[in-house]
Amino acid sequence: MIRHILAIAAMEFRIQRRNRWLFSATLMMLLFALALTFAGSAPTGTLGVDLLTVSVASMTTLAVYLAPFLALMISFDAIAGEAERGTLGLVLTYPLSRGEMLLGKFCAHLSVLGIAITLGLGAAGAAAAMSGGAGPDSLMALGRLIATAILLGASFMALGYVASALSSTVAGAAGLAVGLWLVMVVLYDLGLLGAVVFDGGGAFTQHVFPWLLAANPADAFRLWNVSGSQEVALITGMAGAGAALPVWAAPASLFVWPVVALALAAAAFRRTEP
Amino acid sequence: MRDDGKCALVTEGLTKRYGRREVLSDVSVSVAPGERVALLGHNGAGKSTLVRLVLGLLRATAGQISVNCHRPGSGAARRATAYLPEQVAFHPALTGREHLTTFARLAGEPSSTVMPLLERVGLAGAADARVGTYSKGMRQRLGLAQTLLGRRRVVLLDEPTSGLDPVSRHDVYAVVDEMAANGTAILIASHALTELEARTDRIAILRQGRLVADDSLKALSRSADLPTRIHLTAQAGAADRVQAALGGTRVNGTALELHCPADEKMARLARIAEMGDAVCDVEMTPPSLEDLYRHYCGEELR
Repeated sequence: MIRHILAIAAMEFRIQRRNRWLFSATLMMLLFALALTFAGSAPTGTLGVDLLTVSVASMTTLAVYLAPFLALMISFDAIAGEAERGTLGLVLTYPLSRGEMLLGKFCAHLSVLGIAITLGLGAAGAAAAMSGGAGPDSLMALGRLIATAILLGASFMALGYVASALSSTVAGAAGLAVGLWLVMVVLYDLGLLGAVVFDGGGAFTQHVFPWLLAANPADAFRLWNVSGSQEVALITGMAGAGAALPVWAAPASLFVWPVVALALAAAAFRRTEP
Repeated sequence: MRDDGKCALVTEGLTKRYGRREVLSDVSVSVAPGERVALLGHNGAGKSTLVRLVLGLLRATAGQISVNCHRPGSGAARRATAYLPEQVAFHPALTGREHLTTFARLAGEPSSTVMPLLERVGLAGAADARVGTYSKGMRQRLGLAQTLLGRRRVVLLDEPTSGLDPVSRHDVYAVVDEMAANGTAILIASHALTELEARTDRIAILRQGRLVADDSLKALSRSADLPTRIHLTAQAGAADRVQAALGGTRVNGTALELHCPADEKMARLARIAEMGDAVCDVEMTPPSLEDLYRHYCGEELR
């Protein structure tokens, strides 16, 4: 029932605000985005694009790492923390289902992340636009960046719930979350890169590699933002991989991942014995 | 299941196995409306498992449970059940009022019920302080307050007084008595035997997953047939003479301890009186709940 989801969401949102997570996540996003925008403003003149385009390209690279990280940091405690404190067994004796509890937490946590991403990337984008100019294309790119970063965060947030439901302690959940981030955001790309180098432009590089790229939400996020804007693609030099894929591949991946990961989290949570 | 309005909580042949390990075997116990039942047993005897089964947090391997005539874990059963877990740590960043308001919304109660409940458990002054600043007793009071939300027919308390000071303990039992007076069935799992002795109507004892006793304290004492202890203090120098006449074991230079069956108490007292001045003090102790607990859980039973 919606009433139960709202009750849990209101409580969780308050906790995030009290814990200063809302504040520190927004601040972190903003500071990194500003730093990258103005440190990376050098190529504006040479490429003939406005500063906002350069800023979006830099922030895309930043968000690939930061959005999943913040999402996992917010979500890893969700189930294991309550189990450890002993409140999980109590809350579950109330007439609410585990799915409602999970959705309530997801709503609250995603709002926190959404606010942090929108304010952080938005403010940095605004600063870039004011000091170096912007056009309809670069404004579109900024909007797309913010929306896709929230989708990317939602995927990893739900994966954080999976980690939280699978481990019986908070420390275990934290370890699992960090491992997840490392494998999916860092090692996955390194592995693919190694495979591509080994393959040397063969069938794997041409037919399998692009799909493997789209299958990972972090890479799908990159692909979508890059292929969405000619100018951003120009700066990041990542147009090649995206060209081999149909247009819908990366967006589909980013939309399907949060749903699948939430379903996985619900399944893992159902097996938890409080 | 059974719907005679008599039993708020009934379990029949309840069994829970983890692999080949049997944690509960064939436990049939019931709690009537307004009845306070103490659930005793060593750590690992199956008390918590029984409580979690009743709450629907675990699934029974065999047997049946009826909570206010509903299947455990169903919406109706959950609405009728309140639970106070042992050592519950509410989120330290939220206030007592915020916690209780969330629970009220989950239970479908209006938020206007929250403040009166906080007053009822003596937390009105700390309602807007964060739980992180609460003492152990205050946190337990908050836990107790959430069991009072709505009209609960069955209340399960797991070690409700552990770590509390005497005043807080008294307050906890005052709330328990009030709930029982309103017709709520109450099951208290605890180790605080001396408290439970005066505060419960019936005692159920689990031993290695089996129910070894389930009756009132009086009936259990009778069937266990435990001796009454008599502590005698003799006049200086008269202890040997008293021991020669009455038997028993010496505790020290002047004190003596005797055991006698409940029905021989008066005869034994008469013989002590015959000793006249040689005995200067007599103390009689009937078997306590602790003695009974030892008897039913002890190795001598089987």
